[in-house]
Amino acid sequence: MDVGDWVSTPQNWVFLVIALPMLFAGFKVVQTSNVVHAVLYLVGTLGGSAALFILLGAEFVAWTVVLVYIGAVIVLFLFGIMITRAPLGFDVTLSHPVRIRVAAAVVAFVLFALVGGAMLAEFENQTIPEAADATRTVEIGLSIFDRFVIPFEVVSVVLLAALIGGIVLARRDPAEEEEAGVVR
Amino acid sequence: MLINQFLLLGAALFALGVYGVLTRRNAVMVLLSVELMLAAVNINFVAFDRLIGDELAGGQIFALFIIAVAAAEVGIGLAIILLIFRNRRSANVDELDLLKL
Repeated sequence: MDVGDWVSTPQNWVFLVIALPMLFAGFKVVQTSNVVHAVLYLVGTLGGSAALFILLGAEFVAWTVVLVYIGAVIVLFLFGIMITRAPLGFDVTLSHPVRIRVAAAVVAFVLFALVGGAMLAEFENQTIPEAADATRTVEIGLSIFDRFVIPFEVVSVVLLAALIGGIVLARRDPAEEEEAGVVR
Repeated sequence: MLINQFLLLGAALFALGVYGVLTRRNAVMVLLSVELMLAAVNINFVAFDRLIGDELAGGQIFALFIIAVAAAEVGIGLAIILLIFRNRRSANVDELDLLKL
């Protein structure tokens, strides 16, 4: 596929329209000095990834991202920020000083160059075949409950463990409170 | 659509996540950067799934599993950060140096 083919495919322009704001939002997530803004920019990145999934024809994954990530995880993050009383406004101490940031930028860029270079060398001109139709949810459901049923069960045990672990970690110990003389 | 445009976007987002993990002081912000990296991985999985045209939709299902595990990870991670904040009055990762002499 040469440049002319690429430019004349509408999907590629849709990809650019989605991907460039995603990269901008991702950059702001790690760069902004305002915690709440960082979380809201993450919404932009995740929403962009959901849009890309729809572009790829993976609709169920797209709506799962919207429901689980944007719906639940982001709310959890906002709660976490408010409970740990992170400074809600502009805060320059949110990141390490410039010296460490430059080193981290070098590490991140080298990682990107290595991974990106390897991918460009390996997958030169392979194109994603034009999807005749998107993956239907029924196919994903049949696949999960047939071939992938054991990983599915394991994930449900992981979620149960996380649920119990979260409660045990976050609740206050009643014995300790009695010692400290807290009246409830 | 080239597969590489999705892979490069994923690599760029992953690198941004690495940058965030290395530079953020607040533990909640570190977790936020980890979420960015997981989102990048999901894009790769779905792109490869469509490239191969897997009948079982294995890449998409793996992305779904990653989303579930990421939700569990955020719940546990925030509970631990909450506990640290309760004990130390601070959620900054560079102040948690009890193991250092």
